[in-house]
Amino acid sequence: MPLSDFQTVIGLEVHAQLLTQSKIFCGCSTAFGAEPNHHTCPVCLGMPGVLPVLNQRVVEYAVRTGLALGCTVKSTSVWSRKNYFYPDLPKGYQITQYDQPICEWGELVIDTPSGEKTVRVRRIHLEEDAGKSVHDASASAGQSLVDLNRAGVPLMEIVSEPDLRDADEAVEYLKALRDVLVYLGVNDGNLEEGSFRCDANVSVMPKGSTTYGQRCELKNLNSFRFLKQAIEYEAARQVDVLESGGKVDQETRLWDVNKGVTRSMRSKEDAHDYRYFPEPDLPPLLVSDALRDSQRQSLPELPRAKRTRFMGEYGLPAYDARILTAERPLADFFEACAKHVPDAKKLSNWFLGELSRLLKEEGTPLSALRFTPAQLGELLATVEKGTVSANAAKDVLGEMFRTGRAPADIIAEKGLAQVSDVGAVEAVVDDILAKNAGEVEKYKAGKKSVYGFFVGQVMKAMKGKGNPGLVNELLKKKLGD
Amino acid sequence: MSSLTDLSMLELAAKLASREVSSVEATRASLQRIAQVDPKVRAFLRVDEPGALKAAEASDARREAGSPLSALDGVPVGLKDIFLTEGVETTCASRVLEGFVPPYDATVVRLLKEAGLPLVGKLNMDEFAMGSSNESSAYFPTHNPWDLTRTPGGSSGGSAAAVAAREVFGALGTDTGGSIRQPAALTNTVGLKPTYGRVSRYGVIAFASSLDQPGPMARTVGDTAALFQLIARHDPLDSTSADVETPDCLTGLEDGVRGLKLGVPREYFAEGMDPEVAGTLRASLEELEKLGATLVDVSLPHTKYALATYYLLASSEASSNLARYDGIRYGQRAKDARGLKELYTQTRGQGFGAEVKRRIMLGTYALSAGYYDAYYLRAQKVRTLIREDFTKVFQQVDAIVSPTSPVPAFKLGAKVDDPLSMYLMDVYTLPCNLAGLPGLSVPCGFTQAGLPIGMQLLGRPFDEARLLRIARAFEREHDFFRRAAPV
Ligand SMILES: [Zn+2]
Repeated sequence: MPLSDFQTVIGLEVHAQLLTQSKIFCGCSTAFGAEPNHHTCPVCLGMPGVLPVLNQRVVEYAVRTGLALGCTVKSTSVWSRKNYFYPDLPKGYQITQYDQPICEWGELVIDTPSGEKTVRVRRIHLEEDAGKSVHDASASAGQSLVDLNRAGVPLMEIVSEPDLRDADEAVEYLKALRDVLVYLGVNDGNLEEGSFRCDANVSVMPKGSTTYGQRCELKNLNSFRFLKQAIEYEAARQVDVLESGGKVDQETRLWDVNKGVTRSMRSKEDAHDYRYFPEPDLPPLLVSDALRDSQRQSLPELPRAKRTRFMGEYGLPAYDARILTAERPLADFFEACAKHVPDAKKLSNWFLGELSRLLKEEGTPLSALRFTPAQLGELLATVEKGTVSANAAKDVLGEMFRTGRAPADIIAEKGLAQVSDVGAVEAVVDDILAKNAGEVEKYKAGKKSVYGFFVGQVMKAMKGKGNPGLVNELLKKKLGD
Repeated sequence: MSSLTDLSMLELAAKLASREVSSVEATRASLQRIAQVDPKVRAFLRVDEPGALKAAEASDARREAGSPLSALDGVPVGLKDIFLTEGVETTCASRVLEGFVPPYDATVVRLLKEAGLPLVGKLNMDEFAMGSSNESSAYFPTHNPWDLTRTPGGSSGGSAAAVAAREVFGALGTDTGGSIRQPAALTNTVGLKPTYGRVSRYGVIAFASSLDQPGPMARTVGDTAALFQLIARHDPLDSTSADVETPDCLTGLEDGVRGLKLGVPREYFAEGMDPEVAGTLRASLEELEKLGATLVDVSLPHTKYALATYYLLASSEASSNLARYDGIRYGQRAKDARGLKELYTQTRGQGFGAEVKRRIMLGTYALSAGYYDAYYLRAQKVRTLIREDFTKVFQQVDAIVSPTSPVPAFKLGAKVDDPLSMYLMDVYTLPCNLAGLPGLSVPCGFTQAGLPIGMQLLGRPFDEARLLRIARAFEREHDFFRRAAPV
């Protein structure tokens, strides 16, 4: 059977770092990039005698996420210990949730080429992150260093059912999930820094089969591209194994970025026995009705709903709506600007074009924008009226972006206003036509392509500030069209 | 009265208040007594003479200045080496923590410091609180001041011995399965295991998190009550700490037992008890009756499963709690290990003693995939049944009375090679830990050979004041406290 006779089955386990200021069981900072072991205390170092105290903000974030994904938020869930030895695991166990997680059974709708698809979310649970072992060249030979800044950083694990059927669906799901988390303000969606990362469970089965094949777990896929590549490689590998009469072993595999292959990390035989048991240092995690209600009431409009609304309310094409709603600050800013700009599609063009370019080039976050929605509205109205050319308006926007000064001031200072005075333009047009009598003859003889030359000459003489509409109007009139 | 160190804590507090003695004098007396008898008793792992004297001077200065003082301000006490003390080595009597100087104080240590009690030093114990005789200390066994050839009990045996030998006026211990009450019974001292959650576990080196509870050990019921009141506080750093009011155990301490119903559990007076212990307990029960209490025959039917349940749960939790001693961050690290696995196995192999290893193995096994349901989970279910036994009985009675230990102090070395018979030492004390209840041991007599015998009182959750009141009614009739150990 060729590859096309097989169906790939994928489930994702996503680890999202919660955007809290402090760690899950102590008061240490979660800030990224500090000196090694700078953000540590006896609790997250696993000193003798320490005890965990739950950061309530973590619970709020999990409840918020659960509600946004339509999960059942359990009024009682349980902390467990996952026991294993590793140098970057200070206590010799990780505090996590095991058989009684805080949220269960939700769903996430994604777009596929064949339409909408609902992916079931089996569970969301909370846990602490471990530290990091560093085997770098700066350490003396044979030494390893341990950085525990990350130890105790709060993580939320979101586990899907194996409802995804190809790598593109998996990527779509991961993107949609990231958008939701970022919208909720619970995660920064940063794959590079590892604050949003994913494991994929992949299996293949003959098309039409209802029994899943043996699955392999692909660990730590930290980009959408790697997720797609790894799933596609792994599915093909498993089909090869089955085709050659072999059996897929249950194992954990790693994506080798350089070689573009997955390779075995550990097999089921040497899998850990984590000896889970309820964490005796923490009482069961209780979620009150009041907490659930307050989180429900403060849930923002989610990306998918917002996208649909943007298409309806502003008449935007799906492509525009998706980009504008991908991040909440951008969507919010668009809506603020739309109050000042009658033509939403024109506004969208500016957002998708010039504004995106500036944001990317300058590396400025939206939150640090210097100009106001009203100022952008003013600028666009100026373009609409023909006071400045579209090209000049780009320069004005750049200046507004960097300085936050009013567009009118910038236009005045740089002398960017278009000349719309009929007399002034007419004088130039007359002058150019007079100086180029030969070309005028050619035009009148039917060589219409000369027209562009006249426009160019007029604009050049006016240093680009001639109102293009007026220039055209007068030229055509004088040329007898 | 022969000397300063023979005073009870409250007697000393009164003399400090009247300026008859200073805290520095009391602390020096304590240090002198340690120098004199500890070479025989061996209760101390470490004496902190400069720290204790500095605290005593500070207390005297505060008194001089008329600053607010706690009820036991200036009274020197000792700490089981399970409590973390900032800047003072804390080993839990284990090689694995040798050289470990904690960067912070346990909450109870902080409370004692704030209350102005000079902390004289760190007391010997069974390694990681696992044992009933102090013989599993990695350093040396502690001797019972009543008979130096015998054990003071464990695991807070160092604390009990130091209090009984008049080396300190009081001490803190911890009780996971009887580790405060059993040594108290074996040394003619009073020991209180508070309700689970009453006293913070923060900074107390964990043995079995769901059972451990720090508590006071002293020579009189009044001292025990006073010390208890200093440490019974809600602590936001311990998520299992109960947010309840600090009890007033001194008011009403002398109110007696008239009208109280005391349950006598059938199952606690079964076979295995030393005849002298049994006889003394019977006599004590009659006395309580004469004092006006009503004895009620009660049953705690799941008692016979308590020992197995306790050892499964305590060992399971311990196997996890002790995983952090891996040689990576603090304490001892195996010197010649090559590679990570060797570092772990050698550090732990060299660092832990036999009893600790035995329990880690038992706990690891009980939690393993395939055995979890049969052992850990079933033990949790039985624990619920044991708790329910008590709940039912406490609907009929105000407290339960039983022996503390089935036998008086035994010879050092007598049970070392027989862990199971050692485990039986806790048979009367550990159901209370499984149920999270308060328990107290009060001296109730001596054997012919002059070995102390203890009576155990168990109460409803947070009912420590009543247990202390019953113990005090009994104590008032005897004054065993005035009988000093012959060391
Ligand atoms: Zn910390």
